[in-house]
Amino acid sequence: MKLELRGITKRFGDLIANDNINLVVEPGQIVSLLGENGAGKSTLMNVLYGLYQSDSGQILIDDKPVDFKGPGDAMNAGIGMVHQHFMLIPVFTVAENVALGNEPTKLGGLMDVAAARERVREISDRFGFNVDPDALIQDLPVGVQQRVEIIKALSRDARVLVLDEPTAVLTPQETDELMAIMRQLAANGTSIIFITHKLREVQAVADRIVVIRLGKVVGEAKPTSSASELASMMVGREVHLSVDRAPLKKGDVVLSVDQISVRDDRGQLAVNDLSLELHAGEVLAIAGVQGNGQTELAEAIVGLRKLEKGSGKIVYKGKSVESLSVRERLEDFLSYVPEDRKKDGLVSEFNIEENLMLNQSYEDDRGAKFVRRGLLDQAALKSEAEQAIERFDIRTQGSKSLAGKLSGGNQQKVVLAREMSRPHDVLLVAQPTRGVDVGSIEFIHDQIMKERDEQSTAVLLISTELDEVLALADRIAVMYRGKIVGIVPADTSRETLGKMMAGVTA
Amino acid sequence: MFKKTNSDAATAASSKIEVTPAMFSSAPVKVSAKTGLVMAFFTLLVLLAFGVYGSPKGVTFQLNEAGTWLSVPDFTVSSNAFSLLLGGILGFVTLASTALTIANRPTPMWLSLFFGLVGATSLLAWLAAGASVPLPFILSNAVVLAVPIILGALGGVMSERVGVVNIAIEGQLLTGAFVAAVVGSLTDNLWLGLITAAIASALLSMSLASLAIKYLVDQIIIGVLINVLVIGVTNFLYSQWLAGDGKNSNFPGTFEIVKIPVLSDIPIIGEALFANRVTVYITLLLVPLVWFMLFRTKLGLRARAVGEHPLAADTVGINVARTRFWWVTAGGAIAGIGGAALTIGNVGAFGREMSGGLGFIALAVVILGRWQPFYVSAAALLFGFAIIMRIWANQVSPGIPTDFITMVPYLVTLIAVAGFAGKVKPPAASGQPYSKS
Repeated sequence: MKLELRGITKRFGDLIANDNINLVVEPGQIVSLLGENGAGKSTLMNVLYGLYQSDSGQILIDDKPVDFKGPGDAMNAGIGMVHQHFMLIPVFTVAENVALGNEPTKLGGLMDVAAARERVREISDRFGFNVDPDALIQDLPVGVQQRVEIIKALSRDARVLVLDEPTAVLTPQETDELMAIMRQLAANGTSIIFITHKLREVQAVADRIVVIRLGKVVGEAKPTSSASELASMMVGREVHLSVDRAPLKKGDVVLSVDQISVRDDRGQLAVNDLSLELHAGEVLAIAGVQGNGQTELAEAIVGLRKLEKGSGKIVYKGKSVESLSVRERLEDFLSYVPEDRKKDGLVSEFNIEENLMLNQSYEDDRGAKFVRRGLLDQAALKSEAEQAIERFDIRTQGSKSLAGKLSGGNQQKVVLAREMSRPHDVLLVAQPTRGVDVGSIEFIHDQIMKERDEQSTAVLLISTELDEVLALADRIAVMYRGKIVGIVPADTSRETLGKMMAGVTA
Repeated sequence: MFKKTNSDAATAASSKIEVTPAMFSSAPVKVSAKTGLVMAFFTLLVLLAFGVYGSPKGVTFQLNEAGTWLSVPDFTVSSNAFSLLLGGILGFVTLASTALTIANRPTPMWLSLFFGLVGATSLLAWLAAGASVPLPFILSNAVVLAVPIILGALGGVMSERVGVVNIAIEGQLLTGAFVAAVVGSLTDNLWLGLITAAIASALLSMSLASLAIKYLVDQIIIGVLINVLVIGVTNFLYSQWLAGDGKNSNFPGTFEIVKIPVLSDIPIIGEALFANRVTVYITLLLVPLVWFMLFRTKLGLRARAVGEHPLAADTVGINVARTRFWWVTAGGAIAGIGGAALTIGNVGAFGREMSGGLGFIALAVVILGRWQPFYVSAAALLFGFAIIMRIWANQVSPGIPTDFITMVPYLVTLIAVAGFAGKVKPPAASGQPYSKS
């Protein structure tokens, strides 16, 4: 099946998310759609999948124009999509999820569970997916959930499969397996549109690379192009992929985490008897696939989450922080950049000034900059915000702009500005560059290295991006199912790290 | 790096609790000991208050109406001895539940229900010491009183399963009760009354559904407004019209009692379930029907998908808005029949605000019954039982303060909700509007 997108334009208010985009996908081809976050890749695919209606342009299948009113039409035309956030119902079984919307039935609308199960088993066997049709989705690892999504698309005879950032949640090994699956599907004649911003994956698997920037196709690249060529095409200027760093000046242990256990919201042990030590002047990175307890570990250090009764302790410069509240920890030693800036890092409806004073709204002797006799000091707020905008290169119309209106990278810079401007010995940063444009990534990485080199701050970096971990870390602790699999030096190979991320002890 | 001094201890501990992939998802969750504690409390209450300090007088359990085909003789036991026996059974159930908790497994719902049943029996034996317990009478009334709650809650389940919170059950019941009485009375046809009650309540639900789904108005606010509106309108119509013209417009009478041969002769439950009005039979059909629809058919699978993850349902081509609209509407029709059961299925006339909070009880029952039709019905029967106990206990043992007896069912319910409902998980998208940008 040949798919063609012709002159697709999609606007959201004043924003042009897709500007006259043309794309042709031949049968059995793997086409990579490469672009930064917010370049318009997902919007384009949602138009193709019928979730959005384009403002102008045409979709052609085998040279015949088609009109998708909803995902149902797109699926009937042979287009399948694996969304970045899985569209699976956690409390349903694999078979029920695959059948949903396309249910085999017996007389009277009765579900034919056996047929649904058989359908899953057949596709799973054909591609060696090894998926149990009766397992509940919520019990499956993400890698398997993704296969369920692929089965879901294939069970509807998808001949064009769209994979939207499919590797974001996978270990390096799972990523390799997924690429093998993609090649196998393509060999069987299925076309694949592979959306990503990871250059390495594009080079490994794509037949063609289409680069999108600011809603426009800026050109095609060959799979043989170098990473820096691809990066500069994607960003539109020269990009430095490496980070400058001074030699390590490792100081004393500042923070130590000693055999702690922490439960997650569902009551399961997310951090299990975990210990680590953090020195002044070093970057210790916690690597690992998302959902292995990193969030809970960070929240325990900040004091947002209680340690399991009877488990160990967290010690700052020789004294336990157990009895300290979150506020006391922040004032004493800690700066914290949470992984989800929109949910935990900022108040979207507050402007930049207000966001910068969020955790400094107290009026006491510890550096109360913004509050005088219970009133906000507007002048101090404004000057602080203007300094931050200047120093952190926050691209905005002014200090009164709402945080929610800023781009991801600029939002993150606001959080960094707030946290780095307070006195601190320990910087806990989680996913500092998730959903951030390449320009901001460079800037944020430089800021983190400055903390290490100039302030001798002890930096604990939690990241699921292996590239980021390798670029910044002095030591790498790999976390798997609530435990540290091992702590290894920064020059450890990707392959070893990948194995450790799957739980194999180094 | 692991601290050197602790490394031995750390390895020892980690080898003991080795986390395998299968365990990781389920094992570390701690099952709450709450259920066992609540059970232990009630067991002690039965053993001490009803048993040791109970009256030794005889209590007669009447199991069926005299002279039926499958007649079982009444049996008489000593009140406190019987309570001691039942207390022993309760103790055994408590131990079983505790053992399950220690094995880190939840107490199954049916065991909790069995516990409640035995406990209720001992309460009857205690109250009626020296007199008799007319089980057919009590159960039959409990069922009749439970019908509006069951149907209201069933409507609530259908609504919440697709992700629309429906707190307008009270208004739906009241609408059904009013329309059934008035139409039944004016046309002299109770069936017409029943059908119009369902339609009127369905129309009311459509307004809830379209405001919530199309215009994305907050579902709680709409629910409250509908309740207030219906109370106001029916009060107005009652005082301006029905109160003066009762003979013509508010005197529908009730459906006749239909005895189903053979089945109605079954001891204990036959009288209640199979010698009753058509509204009870409709309920007996609707409960399994809704369950079957939700859990065995394609439509039900889609409905639950919409209530759990509407975006996911949308991406496989299910029309979220339409699914929500029709399920909420159908739920409204069922709640309307529940309202009709109040008038033409029980009392025989409409009274001012006669639903009297049953709709809100139904709302609690939806949660207590974990959004499952059968569990919901069991929970609703508990309330029906509580209401009839209040009436009957006043007659049988006048020595006990009325206020105390009035209080007991609600106290029991409160403890039941807190102790037995456990950590319940509503449909994930319940109350969340769905809109595509």
